[in-house]
Amino acid sequence: MTSSSQSNGQGAPVIKGVAYCLAHVPDLVRLGSKPSRDIPIDPSVLDLIHRHQRAFDDAVAYPPHQVFIGNLRPDDLKDTPKPWYENPTKGAARTGPYGEIMPQAEFYGWMKVSDQFDLMWLEECFLEEARTAMSSHALVTSEDLDNLGKATPIAEIEKAISEEEALPLYMDKTRLVGCLRRGHEEDKSLVPDFLIENLCAKASAVLALRHLLGTVTETPAENIDYLLGCGEEAIGDRYNRGGGNLAKAVGEMSGCLNATGSDVKAFCCAPNHAIIVGGALIKSGVFENVAVVGGGSFAKLGMKYRGHVTNEMPVLEDVLASIAVLMGPDDGQNPHVRLDMIGKHDISSGASNQAITQAVVVDPLNQHGLKITDIDRFATELHNPEITEPQGSGNTPRTNYRMLGGMAVMANEIDASGLEQFVEDHGMLGFSPTQGHIASAVPFLGHARDMIMSGEISRAMFYAKGSLFLGRMTQLADGISFMLEGNHDS
Amino acid sequence: MEFKGKKVIAIGERDGVQGPAIAEVVRSAGAEVLIEQTQCFV
Repeated sequence: MTSSSQSNGQGAPVIKGVAYCLAHVPDLVRLGSKPSRDIPIDPSVLDLIHRHQRAFDDAVAYPPHQVFIGNLRPDDLKDTPKPWYENPTKGAARTGPYGEIMPQAEFYGWMKVSDQFDLMWLEECFLEEARTAMSSHALVTSEDLDNLGKATPIAEIEKAISEEEALPLYMDKTRLVGCLRRGHEEDKSLVPDFLIENLCAKASAVLALRHLLGTVTETPAENIDYLLGCGEEAIGDRYNRGGGNLAKAVGEMSGCLNATGSDVKAFCCAPNHAIIVGGALIKSGVFENVAVVGGGSFAKLGMKYRGHVTNEMPVLEDVLASIAVLMGPDDGQNPHVRLDMIGKHDISSGASNQAITQAVVVDPLNQHGLKITDIDRFATELHNPEITEPQGSGNTPRTNYRMLGGMAVMANEIDASGLEQFVEDHGMLGFSPTQGHIASAVPFLGHARDMIMSGEISRAMFYAKGSLFLGRMTQLADGISFMLEGNHDS
Repeated sequence: MEFKGKKVIAIGERDGVQGPAIAEVVRSAGAEVLIEQTQCFV
């Protein structure tokens, strides 16, 4: 059954490395979409959020975050007592094999360095704090420190906030350290609310791409030919809202001097689409080395804060997550992305979860003579349930694994009594921040690559879904999958 | 529950039962669907 699928994988593009980063930004939570709508209606919400704010050390030691940056495997969470926020990982480190968790002061500095248009102002004392914090970072260059630029007097910052609708930037809940200004007097696409989203996405994606090229792999940045953005931001002015190509801006700051790029837009399943597009560009010989990059979703900060504060939990949606994936031609070592067995949700596929799972997972397997149970691990919507359940949003990965197990029962691959065991064996606990695109299957890619290369598993399937209906242009959802498989030349 | 003659707002969830599926079921039971929508709650 498996021999034909193995032979078809030869010559397929490979995953050479994956980087994951988190920026811990508790003082940006108040500016996230949900809190920023609620606070003007009820100002006491801000105090509520402050009282449930999480410290950096707690964010570092949070077990799902340690999984995200690769210090733990997803299955390690099975042995971690809940609630995870009360059971920190002992000896937790800020850095891991896939990237790091960055504190807010440093990240503000990365945002400032990423700003080429004087949008972000920082006051003098804080700018020096950020400079000091950044100067000891291995991936920060002297050019970065120069690009921190000059400080702005606090009086000018306060004036910009009160008279020009600039967004205030705080440290330690109430210490005003800067602001984010609008990019044009009349342009509604260049207002601070959008620009801070875009700047957060850019700075966090730069962090991930620099890790990918500087710590995770040893690939010279100059070797990257093409960058594919897969974030949820919409870059552009009034004539090009969503015009995009943040990928190239990220590459510019990461030394990718010989690359150009573009963005793939597909809601939460954009990373999967981008990996497939990147693989196709490599397989066809158009480009040799492709990097897929995605920055964090600022708007989703504090999205489910109500559920957290109601349950006397810390506000857990206080991190921006970012990813970077390096892809290249078959090297005989790294795992293949099987381009010959992509699963996709066609327009005609049907809207139900079952129809999506059939089209995206079951059909491509069946077409290659594989069963659902032939896949060692499935990566689906990997949202951390500790974040979603207090808000009543359920356990998304578990729901999807049970659906998949149900399909295996219907196909007579397993007995109905074996459903829970299927979920246990082929699924995993959700460990990803709820950043939309970075919860959708791709957080497992780094783990899967390492587990395949160590012989722990042979195959992993990544299936991601996108909520296209949220944009009010179609009632359709989307879904797309690819399979990662061991390189049998290795 | 009797749906015949009732007006229904069908709000579904992407990873559960989606809006159009709920709407189809209640329509077949004789209800009038005023709004059908799918949400993503994560």
